[in-house]
Amino acid sequence: MGVDIRVENLNAWYGSNHTLQDINLHMPANHATALIGPSGCGKSTFVRCLNRMHETNPSARATGVVKMGDLDVYKDASPVEIRRRIGMVFQRPNPFPTMSIYDNVASGLKLNGFRNKKVLDEVVERSLIQSALWDEVKDDLKKKSGASLSGGQQQRLCIARALAVDPEVLLMDEPASALDPVSTSKIEDLIFQLKSQYTIVIVTHNMQQAARVAENTGFFLNGKMVEFDSTHKIFTNPSDKRTEDYITGRFG
Amino acid sequence: MREFLRTRGSGKLADNFFSAAMATCASSVLAIVIFIGVILVLRSQLSLHAFGWKFFVQSSWDPVSGQFGALPFIYGTLVTSFLALLMAVPLALGVAIFLTELCPNFLRAPISFLTELLAAIPSVVYGLWAFFVLVPLVRDQLGPFLVKYLGWTGFFDGPNFGVGMLPASIILAIMILPIISSLTREVMMAVPINQREAMLALGATRWEMIRTGVIRNARIGIVGAVILGLGRALGETIAVTMVIGNHPDIAKSLFAPGYTLASAIANQFSEATGDLYLSALIEVGLALFLVTIVVNAIARLLVWAVTRGAPARVH
Amino acid sequence: MATQPIPAQHIPRQPDSRTRVNRVFRQGIDHLVTGLAILATVLVLIPLAAILIYLLYKGFSSLNLAFFTKIPAPVGETGGGMANAIVGSGAILALASLIGIPIGIAAGVYLAEFGQGKTFGTLIRFTADVLNGVPSIVMGIAAYSLIVAHQKHFSGFAGGIALAIMMVPTISRTTEEMLATVPHSIREAAYGLGIPKWRVVLSVSLRTASTGIITGCMLAFARVAGETAPLLFTALGNQFWSLNLNEPMAALPLQIYVYALSPYDDWHRLAWAGALVLIVMIMVSVTLVRIFAHRGTLKGGQ
Repeated sequence: MGVDIRVENLNAWYGSNHTLQDINLHMPANHATALIGPSGCGKSTFVRCLNRMHETNPSARATGVVKMGDLDVYKDASPVEIRRRIGMVFQRPNPFPTMSIYDNVASGLKLNGFRNKKVLDEVVERSLIQSALWDEVKDDLKKKSGASLSGGQQQRLCIARALAVDPEVLLMDEPASALDPVSTSKIEDLIFQLKSQYTIVIVTHNMQQAARVAENTGFFLNGKMVEFDSTHKIFTNPSDKRTEDYITGRFG
Repeated sequence: MREFLRTRGSGKLADNFFSAAMATCASSVLAIVIFIGVILVLRSQLSLHAFGWKFFVQSSWDPVSGQFGALPFIYGTLVTSFLALLMAVPLALGVAIFLTELCPNFLRAPISFLTELLAAIPSVVYGLWAFFVLVPLVRDQLGPFLVKYLGWTGFFDGPNFGVGMLPASIILAIMILPIISSLTREVMMAVPINQREAMLALGATRWEMIRTGVIRNARIGIVGAVILGLGRALGETIAVTMVIGNHPDIAKSLFAPGYTLASAIANQFSEATGDLYLSALIEVGLALFLVTIVVNAIARLLVWAVTRGAPARVH
Repeated sequence: MATQPIPAQHIPRQPDSRTRVNRVFRQGIDHLVTGLAILATVLVLIPLAAILIYLLYKGFSSLNLAFFTKIPAPVGETGGGMANAIVGSGAILALASLIGIPIGIAAGVYLAEFGQGKTFGTLIRFTADVLNGVPSIVMGIAAYSLIVAHQKHFSGFAGGIALAIMMVPTISRTTEEMLATVPHSIREAAYGLGIPKWRVVLSVSLRTASTGIITGCMLAFARVAGETAPLLFTALGNQFWSLNLNEPMAALPLQIYVYALSPYDDWHRLAWAGALVLIVMIMVSVTLVRIFAHRGTLKGGQ
């Protein structure tokens, strides 16, 4: 159900800062790909270039080709249309504070004009079940605001919100870094289950997390992608010395 | 679901329309200023042609004979505003210092709330109180007191009927106090705490810390706050009209009745007979408009320089 | 020779008595200034107390049902009220709000969501601040020249326009301020869902900042509710029931002004009562604003 993603010669600038240099990547469908690297290496920027989120920053610029299945992300559709097909979960949970849990999950549909109540009910329930939040909130769907949940629950709410629009790709920018270990492991279980339905790209600081959930891993350093291979190979027998240094903790 | 979403367009048309609509409303602010300026210039053409620059230096304002010199208004405006600043600035500074540096925490919110309340009282209520309470006070108690102790200065000569420059200045001082005080507080609070700590670490007393660590750093902004208060004083109309006596005279005594630019318009506009009279009053309005714009612009720039462009609180 | 210890230097110090005097002097100044600051605060609060107490004393006794239901009695007769002024104020304020609030909010939306970093945005922001300092009587003259002079008669409509012109810059700045408190991460979440910008602004930004924006509007409303000068040559005032916006209309601050300066004791009495009503209305709004403003900023996530 997911699609694969191909990136060719992606370069990105924030102002005069050349944040990404000649990235080439192929992320297979229905797989989870992890992106690791030290702070500031460009992995967040990369992920934002996939759904053109960097364009919300007026000083950002990107060149190159990003293809989602057959679709050229930059040439064939507008940013708004692209973002409806790619879901994004951010580092800090950001549910809409003035909306109820129900409205939060349904927001991607309601705010895009969808009105059918019955279908919305079903979608909300399905998404919350998928993100393992349904049992905890099913009685308070419309009574509690999105911001009244705990950190881990909020993040699962954000995942449900992203899933509700039935995207083909799910981008996750350090989704568990602001959460406690229990919530983190719940989210990792989630990613493991969602893999079969969506193509997932997950940015993470936590190498063990990458090892746990992803089939493939890419190592970023200073805006360049140093190595991309199966997770097993990256962590046991990396080809590049810089990768090995990072894995073994010599820096980062 | 995917099919539905795929049918939704990019929303570009709506986006463009929306941002254009918002930009239009924003430009209405600009349009208002330009419109006011243009219409005031247009409507004062008659008077501008008749008197030219002399309008602002001639001291006789006589509608009957068609002589219109606005100097008495300018004089009255300057005197009342200057006096009001003289009274209000030290008090406002004192309140600002008290509230930001010296006030015990539990008192801070109520007292600052009370000073905000002072700012919310409408001009006509101030005028009402000034007319019925302040004027008799000036006539019966304050006036004789001032004559007795400060009569030698020559500022308190002549008959004292209660109305005049003095009560106008006093009520003006009360009215501009909240704005100077709250803006001064804002710029004082914008001074980073390490400045205060550095002074205290050197062994300064609390006042020395305030003087050198806070006020010295914020002095540009404080000047801006004072100028903003001046701007408010220059344009204050209703309260002043009710107690200044409304007589186009230039006199040294503070007991004498006078006129300000704003109160001249308020008092005479509805009785203005003839196009020249009306045009002269509108020219007074034009002068008031330009002066307050310049004064306010300077003040805002100064305050902005200290608070670094944090959105200005509206007063 | 390098290993020789350096003898302790004798550092000259100020004689003890001078240090002590200096310290006492500085502490004395400190206490003096503290006292002056407290004195200043007290002096400032005195007129406030005086005005409010006097208002209550003078105005309360004249407040009765007739005040709120009757129009002014003919000169010389006692009784009567300011009902027409209260209603008239309401009508003029309603018109002013209907025009001023939407335009003001839209301008604020532009400043916060589209105008960041653009020179046009800075220009508008600065102009709005400066406009807020222009005396209200100038607005009155402008409205007079635009509407009254052309129509050849005074009207509540012109008064409403004059007040609306005053509301726009005020509301646009408070709206901008409140929208700026909406965390950028919320907007990003909405963009990430593929929601077009106009929808993000309307359904996310505005919705999140709505409490603050409403309180900003209330503040502007309270401010123009007490304005007299802009109405002097636009609405003019009316001694009788006036609900036609195309005719001169009574307004509470205007009526207070005229009555205070009149020679009739009865009208003075009504002026005090009217002032009390006006102040109570405004104080209530300001207090509500304070309460809601705190709740708004706590929720908005600052």
